[in-house]
Amino acid sequence: MTDGAAAAGPAAPTAPAAGPRPGSADERNGEALVEVRDLKTYYPIKAGILRRTVGQVRAVDGVDFEVRRGEVFGLVGESGCGKTTLGRTIVRLEKATSGQVLLDGGDVLSFDGRDLKKMRRRMQVIFQDPVGSLNPRMPISDIIGEGLLAQADKQNGWGERKVRDKRVSDYLEVVGLRRDYTRRYPHEFSGGQRQRIGIARALALSPEFIFADEPVSALDVSIQSQILNLLIDLREQFDLTFLFVAHNLSVVQYISDRVGVMYLGKLVEMADVAELYAHPRHPYTIALLSAIPDPDPRVKSRRLVLTGDVPSPANPPSGCRFHTRCWLRRQLNNPENCETEDPPFRELASGHRVACHWAESVVDAAVADVVPTADIEVPTELPTPQDVGAPVVTEIETPSVTDVVEPAEEAAGTAGEARPEEPQGPTQGRV
Amino acid sequence: MTATEAARERRTGVGDVLLDVRDLRTHFEVMDGTVKAVDGVSFSLRQGGRLALVGESGCGKSVTALSIMRLIEVPPGKFAGGEILFEGRNLLKLNDREIRKVRGGEIAMIFQEPMTSLNPVMTVGDQISEAVLLHQPVNRKGAQEVALQSLVDVGVPDPKRRLKQYPFELSGGMRQRIMIAMALSCNPKLIIADEPTTALDVTIQRQILELIKNVQERTGTALLLITHDLGVVAETVDEVAVMYAGRVVETGTVEEVLLSPRHPYTRGLLESIPSQGKKGQRLSAIKGVVPNPFRMPKGCKFEPRCPYAWQAGADEEPPLFDLGPDRMSRCWLYDPRYADHLAEYEGRAPKKSAEVAS
Repeated sequence: MTDGAAAAGPAAPTAPAAGPRPGSADERNGEALVEVRDLKTYYPIKAGILRRTVGQVRAVDGVDFEVRRGEVFGLVGESGCGKTTLGRTIVRLEKATSGQVLLDGGDVLSFDGRDLKKMRRRMQVIFQDPVGSLNPRMPISDIIGEGLLAQADKQNGWGERKVRDKRVSDYLEVVGLRRDYTRRYPHEFSGGQRQRIGIARALALSPEFIFADEPVSALDVSIQSQILNLLIDLREQFDLTFLFVAHNLSVVQYISDRVGVMYLGKLVEMADVAELYAHPRHPYTIALLSAIPDPDPRVKSRRLVLTGDVPSPANPPSGCRFHTRCWLRRQLNNPENCETEDPPFRELASGHRVACHWAESVVDAAVADVVPTADIEVPTELPTPQDVGAPVVTEIETPSVTDVVEPAEEAAGTAGEARPEEPQGPTQGRV
Repeated sequence: MTATEAARERRTGVGDVLLDVRDLRTHFEVMDGTVKAVDGVSFSLRQGGRLALVGESGCGKSVTALSIMRLIEVPPGKFAGGEILFEGRNLLKLNDREIRKVRGGEIAMIFQEPMTSLNPVMTVGDQISEAVLLHQPVNRKGAQEVALQSLVDVGVPDPKRRLKQYPFELSGGMRQRIMIAMALSCNPKLIIADEPTTALDVTIQRQILELIKNVQERTGTALLLITHDLGVVAETVDEVAVMYAGRVVETGTVEEVLLSPRHPYTRGLLESIPSQGKKGQRLSAIKGVVPNPFRMPKGCKFEPRCPYAWQAGADEEPPLFDLGPDRMSRCWLYDPRYADHLAEYEGRAPKKSAEVAS
């Protein structure tokens, strides 16, 4: 997948980073817009009086994928898995340690000066926290206008206040706010409205690529659905391409075309959204899907409960990083290569890549048993485990009793999202 | 036996009413006026029962929990009405000494943010035994033993070492286990869990939910769960009270409420959850935002956002209509005068399509 895209992608690395888009977006949909090759972002750990570097946090540790023009690529994983760092590195808000990011073939990580400025305009970000990402001392016109001013030139005339303010109003309207809100300050808006302002700020520069970092996590369910609807509309209207990072699997399933699952700085599985949710193959993906609480009380299924916490990215486990918590490995009687060999991110089926030595031993029937949402058609004949040039692979029937707690009533699809806090009493919800 | 039957049995059979909240009103006097954070909340919980208070931010669910624990600062807060009967005693009438015995002893609370609710400069062992010393007739050594046992009970690995550790040395999931151990250490009759898994990742959330369920079943403690997540509700409790704008708008068993919601707000919440089935369609969002506490609508508080609303009792707030045992809805639909509207609600999707509004 990445290989094909890499071939199709770049003409010359020095190709213009911005400028008018060649061809309409529609024609070129499906081509790689952003390619990420073996990207690594490490942070040094400093200690002692001399602040010597004693180790590294490998936040992103060798990630390969591409985001195709016009698609929504969803990235899921638990906190600390590196999904946000990956996105921030792609748009150059963090410094990459090594690897490449190509935007239409242009090497994003090597840009500076004018090229970098052009690239900033093409790649925009929507941040998670609608409170922290808007300067409380700036009116909306300045919050949205700041980027326009930075990108002003003779052609667009954004240097002029009038032109800028008109554009700000236009984009407020686009995101469903009133045109005359420009002189207001962030505190005058509710969480959902603030997130709309953040979206307007990203859109005002007419970007092609938007990195949306948990854009709905801080919102209540009823507001969350408004914002999701808005993002879907805007994507159509402006031919946008999204890298959509979230920890809520239901939201990602709803909005994405393709999905990547991250664990400890690496992609462990990537596939089309329907394929991934119906036929997950990595034991971590299966455990994630199994863990989502379902608001339908009729759904009863066994749950995979992963033991322990996510290990530290400063000192990831050897071999497969998931092996310390892996239920499949235990079922297969702890095959040795899990501990010693880092599994390659290999293509299992067309467009479906998995980083697991034993992905072939996962069968849909077993998955259906623990993932209530999957809506998996259970094959009448179970596929025989393919020979992967390895010792005898036992098919998993059902996860062993030690892995699974059997709850009385069960089901999936998270209703809502982590919110920073429940406002209590006096200060709540003043609009 | 279905969960509903189990819940019914729980209701009718064993267990007298343990907690009975009646028309609770907790208000806050602030500079700009009065915020009626909780304004008419009623629900009851039997011994060993499991009930969830569910609603969005600002609906008053946490204030309700804090009111039960009497952790509302007075002033600016004040209890403007209603009563909280715990084993027949009105908690709102107890003096400070009496409430301190209840708090932590008979009713324990698990908070949302395990980092800020644990003391950062006390070891885990000292924190747990502090509570034990207050509520149980044991000496320091005995208290440490109780602390150790409660860590074992919540499945903390290597409990002896953990006793000597500080909260910052522990992961989020482990801290939440410590909170649960602390809550259990005094054998409370009621545990209030305020968004216990909101700050946690989904696989850790799964561990904690299973733990809470196991512990609750093993000890027979009643559980009052405060959450915004309907998925967590469906998996953890038997009965639900849905809150909106400081009021309970619907109550019933989990199956009744989540499968056939009798209040438009509950239905709206359920419909706005993204799921596989809704892929490619627009989500039916609830339009608008939660009302400003200083400018509450006159009649039904949900009316401005309600896709089914018609001009029923415009200025009058609907009462909680009784629809069966412990099944209630605060919606004019259940007034016999509006039977035709009810037929429409039950038969059809919303009239006005709920669209994005700012």
